[in-house]
Amino acid sequence: MKFILRIWRQDHAKGAGAFVRHEIDGISGDLSFLEMLDLLNEQLTVRGEAPVAFDSDCREGVCGMCSLVINGRPHGPNALTTTCQLYMRHFRDGDEITIEPWRARAFPVLRDLVVDRTAFDRILEAGGYVSVHSGPKPDPNSMPVEPEVAEEALDAATCIGCGACVAACPNGAAMLFTAAKVSHLGLLPQGQPERYVRVTRMVEQMEAEGFGGCTNLGECEGACPKGISIKFIGRMNRDYYRSVLKEPIDRRGRMGAQ
Amino acid sequence: MSRVRTLLRTAVGLKFVVAVTGLVLFAWVAMHMLGNLKTFLGPAEIDAYAAGLKTLGAPFVPHGFALWGVRLLLLACLVAHVGCAAKLVARNRAARPIPYARYVPRESTFPARFMLVSGGILLVYVVLHVLHLTTGTILVDPFVEGKVYDNLARSFRNGAVALFYVGAVAVLALHLYHGVWSLFQTLGLDNPDRNRKLRAFAAISAIGLFAGFAAVPLAFLAGTLE
Ligand code: HEM
Ligand code: SF4
Ligand code: FES
Repeated sequence: MKFILRIWRQDHAKGAGAFVRHEIDGISGDLSFLEMLDLLNEQLTVRGEAPVAFDSDCREGVCGMCSLVINGRPHGPNALTTTCQLYMRHFRDGDEITIEPWRARAFPVLRDLVVDRTAFDRILEAGGYVSVHSGPKPDPNSMPVEPEVAEEALDAATCIGCGACVAACPNGAAMLFTAAKVSHLGLLPQGQPERYVRVTRMVEQMEAEGFGGCTNLGECEGACPKGISIKFIGRMNRDYYRSVLKEPIDRRGRMGAQ
Repeated sequence: MSRVRTLLRTAVGLKFVVAVTGLVLFAWVAMHMLGNLKTFLGPAEIDAYAAGLKTLGAPFVPHGFALWGVRLLLLACLVAHVGCAAKLVARNRAARPIPYARYVPRESTFPARFMLVSGGILLVYVVLHVLHLTTGTILVDPFVEGKVYDNLARSFRNGAVALFYVGAVAVLALHLYHGVWSLFQTLGLDNPDRNRKLRAFAAISAIGLFAGFAAVPLAFLAGTLE
């Protein structure tokens, strides 16, 4: 198959980028989208041109590194898949394909299609942990968890941190990612001690990174390769409001008698 | 108070204000629509209803106090609603400085993407509406205080005015089609087990409000009321 690729090319973070047309021929439908780009890069290198920079690692949908907006959709046209799980048979011979990086103030472009997603790491550092005791191993099953709760926490925990939610959101909001991270710990008993501190710190870090706010459009859920539900956003909001308006109630100190 | 100020520091917190004030405005709008329907019971009923609003709370509070209390509450809600929404819009714009060359929405509905525009139109409409039927400054001549039915009849005999009102309440319906569901989602009160019901509630509210509000100007225009 033959394709016309319109790819965002930008030399470095401060550079002015632009779309460049690349043509590629002889592509088998069984190649993945990233393998197609590998082939393009081989051809560009042979011709002495700079290869297209893009992120990838596992190439099996688990690491969250791949990050391309393909024809106006993060991770391409198919639902519930990452870019690395997209195959060229999902396109028609002769198609023009527009490839752009994630666009968000908090995700600056480093080069071509590679963006800096360390903002996510800082959100995680702000509260994505639980306290564990360092004593002897606890008895198995000493902390019962209802199966529904465990499953829901695991649903949230499938977030691979790819950032497609931010890329898809017209407001560049990181609500789905942050909500998934807040919820997978906040739902479980192990996550209770830091529950309210966690949500406040992570929401404030999200703010500090320059992400936008949620207008409940639902685009993030549609783009998420793991199908994380916006119900977690509601849950995070509720925890945040409780945290700011109510918890923790500080009852230390002394009182006078009357 | 310091807790509320903390809330205003983040987008999630600003949304809380938009949602809570949106809920108050929605509840009030629903009552306003039901009150308006009294027009269909004739001049005596709707004029008495308007007079009743001024004596609300009598004999415990002075004339007009309760009405002004409600007005001030609504004004505060509107200012907070619009102020926080505007702040959010500015942040959201700044969060995506470089737009996509191609962007294909997947999930969002038209009313949801239209919220800023529908809200802006509503703001203009609210000002014109108060100038029209509360103070009688525009669109109605002569305006007689307390003669609600006659003022309506004189205004809506003009087709342009009637259709302007129908258009405005259509925009309100669009705002609330998304807004009434959205506020529950924002407050974390929506869940997969009640999502369908909440969305149906929002849709029915929007359609019901449109029908109820549009009925009065259309009835005057069609001559059913005169
Ligand atoms: C007068 C000018 C108004 C403006 C400029 C305005 C603007 C907005 C904006 C920008 C939003 C955020 C949209 C989103 O988050 O998706 C919003 C939400 C909302 N508005 Fe308004 N609005 C106005 C009036 C009203 C009125 C009169 C009502 C009620 C009858 C109302 C009810 C709501 C509700 C319920 C929401 C949803 C809150 C949420 O998303 O959590 N608005 N409005
Ligand atoms: S919520 Fe989904 S789209 Fe967002 S980072 Fe996690 S896996 Fe990616
Ligand atoms: S490269 Fe790991 S998820 Fe795509």
